[in-house]
Amino acid sequence: MKKLVSILLVLIMTVSLFGCASTGTGSGAAPETIKIGVTLPVSGQSAIAGEYMRNGIELIVDQLKAEGGLDVKGKKMPVEFIYEDNEAKPETTANAYRKLIDQDKVIAIVGPDMSKCILAGGPIAQASKVPAIGTFTTNEKVTQIGDFVFRACFIDPFQGKVMAQYAADNLKATKAAILYNNADDYSKGLMENFIKAFEAKGGTIVETQAYGGADVKDFNAQLTKIKAANPEVLFMPNQFGEVPLQMKQARQMGIEAKFLGGDSWDSPDVPNIAGFDIVEGAAYDAAFSPVDPNPVCQDFVKRYKDKYGVNPNSNAVLAYEAALVVLEGVKNAETLNGQGVRDAMAKITNFPVPSGTITFDETRNPVKGAVINVYKNGTPDYVTTVNPN
Amino acid sequence: MTTILQLIMYGLQLGSIYALIALGYTMVYGIIGLINFAHGDFLMVGAFLVYFLAKAMGGGTLSYPVVALIIIIGMILTGLLGVTTERIAYKPLRKKPRLSALITAIGVSMFLENFPRALPFVGPQPRPFPALFPMNNFNIGGVGTNSVQILMITLSIILMIGLHYITTKTKVGSQMRAVQFDKDAAALMGINVNNTISVTFFIGAALAAAGGVFYASIYPMIDVYMGIWLGTKAFVAAVLGGIGDIRGAMLGGFIMGVAEVLATAVNSDLGYGAGFVILIFILLFKPAGIMGKFTIEKV
Repeated sequence: MKKLVSILLVLIMTVSLFGCASTGTGSGAAPETIKIGVTLPVSGQSAIAGEYMRNGIELIVDQLKAEGGLDVKGKKMPVEFIYEDNEAKPETTANAYRKLIDQDKVIAIVGPDMSKCILAGGPIAQASKVPAIGTFTTNEKVTQIGDFVFRACFIDPFQGKVMAQYAADNLKATKAAILYNNADDYSKGLMENFIKAFEAKGGTIVETQAYGGADVKDFNAQLTKIKAANPEVLFMPNQFGEVPLQMKQARQMGIEAKFLGGDSWDSPDVPNIAGFDIVEGAAYDAAFSPVDPNPVCQDFVKRYKDKYGVNPNSNAVLAYEAALVVLEGVKNAETLNGQGVRDAMAKITNFPVPSGTITFDETRNPVKGAVINVYKNGTPDYVTTVNPN
Repeated sequence: MTTILQLIMYGLQLGSIYALIALGYTMVYGIIGLINFAHGDFLMVGAFLVYFLAKAMGGGTLSYPVVALIIIIGMILTGLLGVTTERIAYKPLRKKPRLSALITAIGVSMFLENFPRALPFVGPQPRPFPALFPMNNFNIGGVGTNSVQILMITLSIILMIGLHYITTKTKVGSQMRAVQFDKDAAALMGINVNNTISVTFFIGAALAAAGGVFYASIYPMIDVYMGIWLGTKAFVAAVLGGIGDIRGAMLGGFIMGVAEVLATAVNSDLGYGAGFVILIFILLFKPAGIMGKFTIEKV
């Protein structure tokens, strides 16, 4: 009896740990199957981002199922996406990449979503000549890893610049303060580029405060200093799990500055947790907007909403687009191996995706614009699109 | 000056939560010599139970008796979870080397984090915690504070004093101290060691649940991983104060909270590590912690 109970417990524990991490979607290891690895946070601080990513990719799985496989030069081939949990940690990402490449023998890897993670995994893909495409990896250094690393999003300098432009030109702000996460390459990248662009516009950064990681929940000490500097805008380029508490504590303390953020804010959780009155008027840039009239976008939004009942966010869109890019690479590859897929991916031009079109430049960064959203009654309201120049 | 007072206020608020959680670590360690790494996760379970209870009560603004009731129910349920955990996971290992129990505790912690995450109605996403207590901002001599902060600090101190009373003045308390002193001798004196340990786990987990609710009231966002970071900080607080000593845990918690906030104000890049720096110094100069006593191990 005791043995049975303990075996059962062990089983439950194992299942709860790996949960859905190992549920492949294809028909097993048929020799013709195209295997694509997906690294995403299933557990850990960013598990929610991983859920959006999986949702996006599952839409492609459904579509391929309906079409009977991927059409590669007139032959229908089954595609299997192999999900691997990276816990939103660089070291685990490196392990996930190794496992996908060495054991699963994937042809390409989609994800993860964080710059700091792909910076750890990317070099492994590069050395093994397996193309990897980050979804939300906006840090400049990502594609500098090597010619096998791509990304599906715009880069931090662009984002920082867009928000600084918006603050200076649209909001006519001259004094800005920043609260950023010094344990997050994404946050640091946006902070640095915002400062550069905002100062170039003639503005002053009155206070820059840091905190040491996603686990920090108390920002009172930092906000006390920010309040004393009396800024007009407060730029918080932090992950969406961290921002709501920062906004709440800032307002509670009596900071009246307008909140600005990066594309990581793009989640319905921000207004839901912070409260609609607190996010009112807060602005951020995003890869896409669900109200963009572009038909490819509307088709995607409709399919997503039909399946999951909510609007997709940037995590879902970018994972979806990254997977599409890989499939496009597979379709056009001269030889079906890592090198072939990489070469085909690098040649992609004017490829229609929900957030616009993807054309890779010579450094494998897509050339695409950003939209600015402002929260109105708890929902992001599309204000304008800023294109790269 | 006002700024410093203001920062100390924020530090006390954070410290009262650390202290409350550190108490659970210290009690369990004091009695069975186990560092219960799952303690932070009891906190999370407590917060989630109260979250769901509040929702079941219709959400919105709840009257005070209802708030008190759901917090007490949450504490009792979490306490029972603590007892069950002890019975299933730790009791069979009581006679085994300490390391086995320690590793089991890490396993229990992972289970408590990831099992709820896999449940569809809990899941990984953070949730807003309902405002159980009224929030009124006011000023005392230029120091801004609010009713929730003051209430939380007061309630924490009341709970800590209550715990101190239980352990020093009641029969259960003297049993606990007897078991802490010598398990076998206590058993020979007619003390039911199993029950005493269960009571310890019950109180520890219930306090963690209270800590979780207080924490979630001040930082109103809960997710299944909230216990990891808090648990680590509270563990450091317990070691800082002298693990196994209840007054030490309280003191350690407040020192950690205030030091962290002040250090962050001096340099926000380094603030996060302040507590750990203090820990290193304490371990260097007073290895048993501030209030801890050295026990000589006879060979």
